[in-house]
Amino acid sequence: MATTTRSKQLVELDAATVRFCGDSGDGMQLAGTQLTNTSALAGNDIATFPDFPAEIRAPRGTKAGVSGFQIRFASTEIFTPGDQVDALVAMNPAALATNLCDLMPGGILVANSDAFDDKGLAQAGYTTNPLEDGSLESYQLFPVEMTKLTRAAVDGLGLGQKESDRCRNFFAMGLTFWLYDRSLEPTLRYIDAKFGKMPAVAEANRRALKAGYNFGETTDAMASQYRVSKAELAPGLYRNITGNQALAWGLVSAAVRSNCELFFGSYPITPASDILHELVRHKNFGVRTFQAEDEIAAVCSAIGAAFSGSMGVTASSGPGIALKTEAIGLAVMTELPLVVVNVQRGGPSTGLPTKTEQADLLQAMFGRNGECPCPIVAARSPADCFNAALDAWQIAVRYMTPVFLLTDGYIANGAEPWQVPDVDSLPQIEVKHPPANENGEPFMPYARDERLSRPWAIPGTPGLMHRLGGLEKQDVTGNVNYEPANHQHMIDTRAKKVANVAADIPPQEVEGPASGKLLVISWGGTYGACATGVREARRRGANVSHTHLRFLNPFPSNLAEIIGRFDKVLVPELNSGQLRMLLRSKFLVDAIGLNKVQGKPFAVGEIVEKIEQIVKD
Amino acid sequence: MSTETALPVLTPGDFASDQEVRWCPGCGDYSILAQMKKVLPTLGVPPEKTVFISGIGCSSRFPYYVNTYGMHSIHGRAPAVASGLKIARPDLSVWVITGDGDALSIGGNHLMHAIRRNLNINIVLFNNRIYGLTKGQYSPTSVLGQVTKSTPAGAIDTPLRPLCVAIGCEATFVARSIDVNIKHLAATLKRAAEHVGTSFVEVYQNCNVFNDGAFEYATGRDVKADSTLTLENGKPLIFGKNRDKGIRLNGMNPEVVELGKGISEDDLLFHDEKAPEPTLAYLLSRMSYPEFPEPIGVFRDIDAPRYEEVLGDQIAAAQQRGKGDLQSLFSSGETWVVQ
Ligand code: SF4
Repeated sequence: MATTTRSKQLVELDAATVRFCGDSGDGMQLAGTQLTNTSALAGNDIATFPDFPAEIRAPRGTKAGVSGFQIRFASTEIFTPGDQVDALVAMNPAALATNLCDLMPGGILVANSDAFDDKGLAQAGYTTNPLEDGSLESYQLFPVEMTKLTRAAVDGLGLGQKESDRCRNFFAMGLTFWLYDRSLEPTLRYIDAKFGKMPAVAEANRRALKAGYNFGETTDAMASQYRVSKAELAPGLYRNITGNQALAWGLVSAAVRSNCELFFGSYPITPASDILHELVRHKNFGVRTFQAEDEIAAVCSAIGAAFSGSMGVTASSGPGIALKTEAIGLAVMTELPLVVVNVQRGGPSTGLPTKTEQADLLQAMFGRNGECPCPIVAARSPADCFNAALDAWQIAVRYMTPVFLLTDGYIANGAEPWQVPDVDSLPQIEVKHPPANENGEPFMPYARDERLSRPWAIPGTPGLMHRLGGLEKQDVTGNVNYEPANHQHMIDTRAKKVANVAADIPPQEVEGPASGKLLVISWGGTYGACATGVREARRRGANVSHTHLRFLNPFPSNLAEIIGRFDKVLVPELNSGQLRMLLRSKFLVDAIGLNKVQGKPFAVGEIVEKIEQIVKD
Repeated sequence: MSTETALPVLTPGDFASDQEVRWCPGCGDYSILAQMKKVLPTLGVPPEKTVFISGIGCSSRFPYYVNTYGMHSIHGRAPAVASGLKIARPDLSVWVITGDGDALSIGGNHLMHAIRRNLNINIVLFNNRIYGLTKGQYSPTSVLGQVTKSTPAGAIDTPLRPLCVAIGCEATFVARSIDVNIKHLAATLKRAAEHVGTSFVEVYQNCNVFNDGAFEYATGRDVKADSTLTLENGKPLIFGKNRDKGIRLNGMNPEVVELGKGISEDDLLFHDEKAPEPTLAYLLSRMSYPEFPEPIGVFRDIDAPRYEEVLGDQIAAAQQRGKGDLQSLFSSGETWVVQ
């Protein structure tokens, strides 16, 4: 479409935030994904926020069934999908009612006016039609008869009305692509690949897409087009990647780089299932996936695989992790390497399955019976899940311990550009299995190296037969032992072993002044909002620095010293203050919390506001 | 079970561990351990390729007493641990040792799914109809009315029949034996080991401390011939001290008949452990004392695909299309270059 003669004014922007919203059956996730990929291919930096209801098909047209996908694309480096949106595409009144609050004053509002009939308005709680009653005057409102126009575009292809209407999201995409001067090519390629076997559907989607684009071009309604130029990213090969995909690829890479076979035991759960869906596609790497009968079997099978010498991994979300806790204790006791992924979601109990939260940190830290420490690693962004997986496995094998890998629904489903790494640059992870012992001397399964790690002897090796189990072990011999002094010694040893991980953690770094008035400490998926918020506050004159933790247990060894260089500490978290509690108890620091538990990520503005409030005091 | 070549001759001693056995004196577990140690050297699998996985309970101490690889895991989860182990390492010979509480109560779900997947593992359930380790509560196989510490007025829930459960889960090998019937027990364990697929063996095991004599009817010198029936493939179902009684089908139901008086062996039900449908095995598994003699031996032994083998085939097929390469994975699909 680049050849079209431009008839409208073209406005250059640094960044734009667009949200598609509609019924969960309206294909909004697809629309968002297509704009994401197209923007990534156009060279923008991107951040996305898919947001969908827990019900697969809530009643049509209701607020409960509204699904949304927000994407921010920029010519500069960005870390969040944006607090407010510049353009909102609403497919029905319910979507408008639930999303309007996030539209910037003066922002672009495209609404499918055909859906604003009496029934639709009533379902959304409108007594008058907002497209006509003047209530939307502070926005650039574009009512578009999307249903009618889409039906006209696909007319003659022999599609029923339902099938025709299913192409509406492509019309909406086409119009948005015109608005932001985006190429249709990637989406046309997608249509070919996806609907190639259904020529009529493929043609209908193509026509709807082009009709939307041409609508923007030819009607007088829209006077301006916007353009966001390429971002200055480091040179290299890039792709778009979601957190769950990056995590799965990180696991496969960790297996390859440690010469282990990956065994993945899991049970379907939102929002972690996509890791399983991704891993089943990689049998050519020897990946063995096992959809177990329940969460307990998922982790136990991974422990069985770990005993046999595989890279045992299990993944779930909070409720599933709760079920796995006894078995994780077994892995602590048997001192087997294991990666336990928790894609956190809103809790407690079933909670908010499709919404994000960071409220399982203390579960990872303490959620087992007995003194049962585990190292904890947290990913900070979608692409970072890749590296976090490598880090988690590295610690697990080095220290013969289960390791928690925390992500959350926000980064798991969100996407960003990922610079494809050179495989040779990935860490080589050393795995040692002791060789056969032919001299008849008894094998000592709980003898320890300098890290306090025990040997990973695997079945099939002559002379190393030994029995593991959940009963307390005598150190060195591994025999069952109930003696008081031995229990104390083993409790202390397991704790020391996990504490020793700190020796392998790179020193914590501070972004901004090395000392000063306020230090913001964050962890996990709030990285983007915190990093952006701190920079913004500093630009506006605040004396504030930022440090983001990848390792939550143990903490980096220089963290105490860093904290000591600042007057105050602020810990923003999507929970009621879990990291803050750990920091307070560990470092006796009077940390201030910024806590939000609404199933939503932080807005940058919330971070900035809190920083300014503290710095002013 | 694959046969290893040129193995040194193994003896029960090769499978004995140095750990002191801690079951109560007189417990039926001793006998099962002894028969297992007798059978293991005959299987052609060296100790280092054998793994015992157990859950929690008296029986689950078993792995400590055999010098193989082993894991005394957590309550009810042994089949899940064993599944991961076998899927990851099909070359290993994997045994699950469990009890009635471990397998049928807390671990019922795992037992069910391990059996239906038909992994090539052997599950041996020591059934003593009581919780021994926790000192005498009733178990899912305790009989109705059984008075225990937790059921002073008698157990009121219908007991599970382990073999019925296994058959209902599409088990490909189902057998029963008795702790003190040592020749039969050894032969049954050997058959279980030789079966390719999940073998499920129930062993009647006397807990002489908390449920002594639970199987007296099946073990007592004077009564056992009349209250048990030894299954033999292709043979009619005959039992009794004088081998003068048999099982005949009356419509859909079995009935006990006396041989002679116009009833010959040909009128009896014939055992067929290879029957593709589990109907006969199920019928046999429901026969219980005192209405019927309780069958011991192999109820069912059929061939079906093994989970780990089919998965292995899928992996091999995927690798034949091209072994995984990280660099090409990373650059697959839509990518772009920043100069
Ligand atoms: S309590 Fe019963 S089953 Fe347990 S060891 Fe003692 S006799 Fe055996």
